[in-house]
Amino acid sequence: MSNHKYVLEMNNMSKEFPGVQALDDVTLKVRPGTVHALMGENGAGKSTLMKCLFGLYQPDSGEILINGKKVEIQNAKEALDHGISMIHQELHSNLHRNVMENIWLGRFPLKKIGPLTFIDERKMYQDTKELLDNLQMDIDPREIVGRMSVSRIQSVEIARAVSYDSKVIIMDEPSSSLTENEVDRLFEIIRDLKSRGVAIIYISHKIEEILQIADEVTILRDGKKVGVWPASELTTDLIISRMVGRELTDRFPPRVSKPTDEVILRVEGLTSPIFRSFKDITFDLHHGEILGIGGLVGAQRTELIEALFGLRSISSGKIYYKGQEVKIDSPLKAKKLGMALLTEERRATGIFPVLDVLENTSIANLQKYVKVNKLLDDKARRAEGNQAVEMLSIKTPSLKTLIQDLSGGNQQKVLFARWLLTEPEILLLDEPTRGIDVGAKYEIYSIMSDLAKQGKSIIFISSEMPELIGMADRIMVMCEGRLSGFVSGEEATQENIMRLATKFMA
Amino acid sequence: MSLIDSRKIKNFITMNAIYIVLILLIIGIAFVDPRFLSIVCLRDILIQSSTRVIIALGIFFIILTGGVDLSAGRQVGLAAVITASLLQSPDYLRRFYPDLPQLPLILPILIAIAVCLLAGLTNGFIVARFGVPPFIATLGMQVIVYGANSIYFDLPPNNSQPIGGLSKNLTELGTGTIGTGLYSIPYIVIIAILAAVVVWIIANKTQFGKNVYAIGGNVEAARVSGINIGKNIMIIYAFAGAMFGLAGVLEAARTGGATNNYGMSYELDAIAACVVGGVSATGGVGKVPGVLAGVLIFSVINYGLTFINVNPYWQMIIKGLIIVAAVAFDIRKYRRKK
Repeated sequence: MSNHKYVLEMNNMSKEFPGVQALDDVTLKVRPGTVHALMGENGAGKSTLMKCLFGLYQPDSGEILINGKKVEIQNAKEALDHGISMIHQELHSNLHRNVMENIWLGRFPLKKIGPLTFIDERKMYQDTKELLDNLQMDIDPREIVGRMSVSRIQSVEIARAVSYDSKVIIMDEPSSSLTENEVDRLFEIIRDLKSRGVAIIYISHKIEEILQIADEVTILRDGKKVGVWPASELTTDLIISRMVGRELTDRFPPRVSKPTDEVILRVEGLTSPIFRSFKDITFDLHHGEILGIGGLVGAQRTELIEALFGLRSISSGKIYYKGQEVKIDSPLKAKKLGMALLTEERRATGIFPVLDVLENTSIANLQKYVKVNKLLDDKARRAEGNQAVEMLSIKTPSLKTLIQDLSGGNQQKVLFARWLLTEPEILLLDEPTRGIDVGAKYEIYSIMSDLAKQGKSIIFISSEMPELIGMADRIMVMCEGRLSGFVSGEEATQENIMRLATKFMA
Repeated sequence: MSLIDSRKIKNFITMNAIYIVLILLIIGIAFVDPRFLSIVCLRDILIQSSTRVIIALGIFFIILTGGVDLSAGRQVGLAAVITASLLQSPDYLRRFYPDLPQLPLILPILIAIAVCLLAGLTNGFIVARFGVPPFIATLGMQVIVYGANSIYFDLPPNNSQPIGGLSKNLTELGTGTIGTGLYSIPYIVIIAILAAVVVWIIANKTQFGKNVYAIGGNVEAARVSGINIGKNIMIIYAFAGAMFGLAGVLEAARTGGATNNYGMSYELDAIAACVVGGVSATGGVGKVPGVLAGVLIFSVINYGLTFINVNPYWQMIIKGLIIVAAVAFDIRKYRRKK
């Protein structure tokens, strides 16, 4: 055992990529038995720093000390051997195998029968059971991982990290796909790990969470360290201003939308054929209105707006668009009516990673550029692409750049451009600022309020309550597939939204 | 040399590797035997490449969507047999249809292409409607098409005899040239070039082409963008079928006959040409010039290495190495660097 003050020290780390100083003299010191939050906008250098720790990158200069001893880390295996492990944002479990095989993968306990070596299933089961019991996780070692919830899979990964006898566990956005209750459970596990002397490096954009769980906070900006503070000395506004490097007087643009009385979309008793999904949803969307949809994960909000966009079927209920009853059974139909959808999973269902910015921008609107001879008018397409890039201030070297090489915020703006070119009347936005850094969030908010000012109507789902309260003219709250009520933007508080979001919970 | 320059050069080599390999291959063969760089050799290589180009261009769109078509070769064989059976000289003794009058050239060609188009459409329907993986759906079609072709080929009075004695106007299409002498250009080379131009225009200048790249790039995002996935998939496989049909017609015309074994495993050559030409098997990435270069590389290996007396078994090993190396290289190119 060591009695060093820091379990992990990364001193004066620098790393240059062609054209970018990704890390510039960054120092990170983590005490044992604490939660150390690492914060910064996307591109601030958090993941580069962690990749240096994992040997995925070799730093140009700087040293890594573990328990005061200098180490060289060439690859992830060596990092594990030094007691460092990582819980990735996208979980890396093998979904087809069971819990214990996932935990002991690569180091199965073996037994010999004669000249042959077999896996010792019984020992593996007992070891796993002991490990999980010890962590007070109620998980069957033989359960197939693919049948478990995200939160339980995450617990399995944490258990695996513990099984390596890790001294430092890095958690990259661990709460991003968890419900409120599951986050509480995660925090319990983290506190338990702390009490065992394990240090946690917690990477998250969610400031409220950081303030709740972290002991110390290191903030990075543009590859440099801004500073390190005890979490108790920080507030949301302080963190944001230090992350973006300017005073943020307002996190949201001023409310300028003026919804009219005219109803552009009326939904009546909309019900999904799936039993546990949304049922009996009735609401009006007004011209120029920003309607927020609040609720916890599992409230079936995504399912509802995907049904409005023709991606999911409905068993009963009616949709009226400008007073006319419409059947929307495909995205094409929805698009033709003047609707647009930005999906929650930008990577999975939004961008075309291997295509360039221009193709990504124009794909939903190609019909417009088809000339009489059936060929596309590329000149017009490029001109409008350039216009969109300028209008939304998308930071890209050119229209020919592959979208996968842009930051998350700029990818999202390209998706806005894609749909704005179709000149929609109604925009459906599913978690439009998810995984986007603070500065770019403000730009997305500005785009939303500009659109509302131009008379477009917006429905947006958000799991961040400040965002709902800051942006929406009206908030519709759902709970377990049912509509639990409306709150106006002025009257909304975290408390009354939360009350509605849990209204039907047993 | 500065750092920037060497990176630029490296980038140039990465982006144009296929063309560089092709040129090096030609230079290497010419170094061993300078006679290789003659118009006659060049024309032979182009003739050998023609039908392969057409098959590869058909399968190109399918691979762009992340799919594959294993029935391509058998469709080529079916089209060849249909065309040959309907276009024999009236004075030939063992005719497939002894009493068939002389048909206008275009009619049997259209019939053969239409039959393959239907086979392709069926592939597309099964993939799009039932979600059967393209590998399986087209494997089934491969066997079915061969079976159907063999039954047709076995009809009396033909009874599985090779079909020969093709009418003059068909063989002219396969072996004739524009102009005469050294600088003449074979019709089938012109047809292949036209096919490449048409496919290039479809891929780059039409809504359908953009939709194909989008479906291959991210099928879910394409769905959300309002693209009708099923319809496009069916068109893609049907178009491929038509191209295989055309290739079959030309194979019959070029060789002056047909049997039910024509076209066997041609799809493998076409797939190899596409992936070597930079068409990513995971979808969404690929260009027509790359496909052409891919086909040419294999033709140059076939013809050129035979020309300089390389053992044909060694040729196979070289081909195999090129396929695997090209794809390994390509994956490096597109793997998300971070």
